Amino acid sequence: MITFNVDLAVQMSYHPFAVTKCSVVMVEPTNRLRRNSYLISGSSMIEVKNVNKVFYQGDKAINALCDINLTIAQGSIFGVIGASGAGKSTLIRCVNLLERPTNGQIIVDGTDLTTLSEQELTLTRRKIGMIFQHFNLLSSRTVFDNIALPLELAGVSKEAIKDKVESLLVLVGIAEKRNTYPANLSGGQKQRVAIARALASDPKVLLCDEATSALDPATTQSILKLLRKINKELNLTILLITHEMAVVKGICQEVAIIGDGKLVEQGKVGDIFAHPKTDLAREFIRSTLDLSIPEDYQEQLQATQVANSYPLIRLEFTGASVDAPIISHIAREFNIDISILNSNMDYVGGVKFGLMLAEFIGTPEAVSQSLNYLKDQKVETEVLGYVA
Amino acid sequence: MSLNAVTTWWTENTRLIELLVDSLGQTLTMVMVAGLIGFVFGIPLGVLLHISKKNGLLENVALNKSLGMVVNIGRSIPFIILLVVLIPFTRFLVGTSIGTAAAIVPLTIGAIPFIARLVEGALLEIPSGLVEAAQAMGAKPHQIITKVMLPEALPGIINAVTITLVTLVGYSAMAGTVGGGGLGDVGIRYGYQRFDSTVMMITVVILVVLVQLIQSLGDHLVKRVDHR
Repeated sequence: MITFNVDLAVQMSYHPFAVTKCSVVMVEPTNRLRRNSYLISGSSMIEVKNVNKVFYQGDKAINALCDINLTIAQGSIFGVIGASGAGKSTLIRCVNLLERPTNGQIIVDGTDLTTLSEQELTLTRRKIGMIFQHFNLLSSRTVFDNIALPLELAGVSKEAIKDKVESLLVLVGIAEKRNTYPANLSGGQKQRVAIARALASDPKVLLCDEATSALDPATTQSILKLLRKINKELNLTILLITHEMAVVKGICQEVAIIGDGKLVEQGKVGDIFAHPKTDLAREFIRSTLDLSIPEDYQEQLQATQVANSYPLIRLEFTGASVDAPIISHIAREFNIDISILNSNMDYVGGVKFGLMLAEFIGTPEAVSQSLNYLKDQKVETEVLGYVA
Repeated sequence: MSLNAVTTWWTENTRLIELLVDSLGQTLTMVMVAGLIGFVFGIPLGVLLHISKKNGLLENVALNKSLGMVVNIGRSIPFIILLVVLIPFTRFLVGTSIGTAAAIVPLTIGAIPFIARLVEGALLEIPSGLVEAAQAMGAKPHQIITKVMLPEALPGIINAVTITLVTLVGYSAMAGTVGGGGLGDVGIRYGYQRFDSTVMMITVVILVVLVQLIQSLGDHLVKRVDHR
């Protein structure tokens, strides 16, 4: 039943839209396939093993992280998504030991960071780049000098610094801003400087702590594009945490969902979108589809059906829904008219999903028949009210 | 007092003018030397206070508490009392307890804790994310201090320098009363004790101008280095 090979699966995660052209029937990859794809993208770069983090507020212990296990393959982009306070920030800060886990192991590129001395840790951190929500650029240094900082720390010669910084300025696309101070840059430009700075010491891993959360949607997309570019060009492993499913959707190959300090679900982005197992996952997927009923329309909505009124129905398409032209089919089959009020369909990792609000205009029998049909096709429906 | 009166006075009192110029020199010497030595000790002390506090770069609560206490004691002794209390120490250090050089000792001792607290405050202004970013990129503690903390706090530190120098101008007048010389001393001896209100006025005007100059220079420098 699996009609594509593993190479395609890997490629697909880089180019989600490439697959739209070939009509691949998507089924849940077996565990074996999932393991294979790890092997193809290389050995693991980051391993988080049985990590717990307990904070104390007075005498009260707060379990910020409970038994976290993650394996992130070399060269992949891995997303951790969670609401604020879920522990995702603590998790990413544990990866470079800005926050020391209470117990457990953090293995980056084969080295267990938790066993290192302070000095060794400092040197190891130079191979782990990090960018932040609020950029954390030095206001006293120009763009050029900010990017040069990690090289200065490592004692690189002036000429070598100049060469390296120049090439990074070009890579992130801010060469013309080299002598500007951060205060005079836009959010997107600041994050580009921060990315260049993080890349200066040729890290193997880039940690992104809510790196796009302070940016507007268009800028977010341009930063994600840049991250994808450096991931490919430099074969950099990227771990990012975010509260926006759109970020995960846009860039990640794999995702873990964190809630209350526990990882509740993890897997390939396509799988999670297709078959969310937990409510939390479903919630995040739904959050990428913003569907609301306009206020004046809401006022016309009635709870019960009267003569000449029609139901407003919410249709939810998930990975489980049958991939077929369902809407035109029910219109033809059950002789009803469908007026779409609002619709948001998306395509991620080979899975179509989305929400739709539509008025079903027809006899009550026809409407109930079509709802039954939709149920058979694994489209979830809900009658929100009736409009005249 | 009209402008004419001032010019007349000016031409008739060359000896007093010489005295004023000398005392201005003494004031400047006291302020600058005490300020300079004060910063040499006060800035590191301020850094130490900042990095040793809880969750600081090099947390050491015991050290922080004891340094904090010493600084607080230094700050709570009124300067005029400090002047007297330090006389034996001054005599030991300079050989005498009278004169400009002797006045520099209590001025410096008074300035150090003052500067330390101001520098600590300036360092507190740095967003904690910057230190974290530096740690994440593998900066050693001394690199974080010299390459991140001090440059980022520079506008605040220059501001602290300005405030300290202005305060020292005031303190130097007090030091003058116990034999340190300077404009304050002239103001008291000629203006107050001899009821010569013109001399009093002139010393005050010079002090006002001096403070204005220090403040303007400080503000100008802050503006130049502040890129926030």
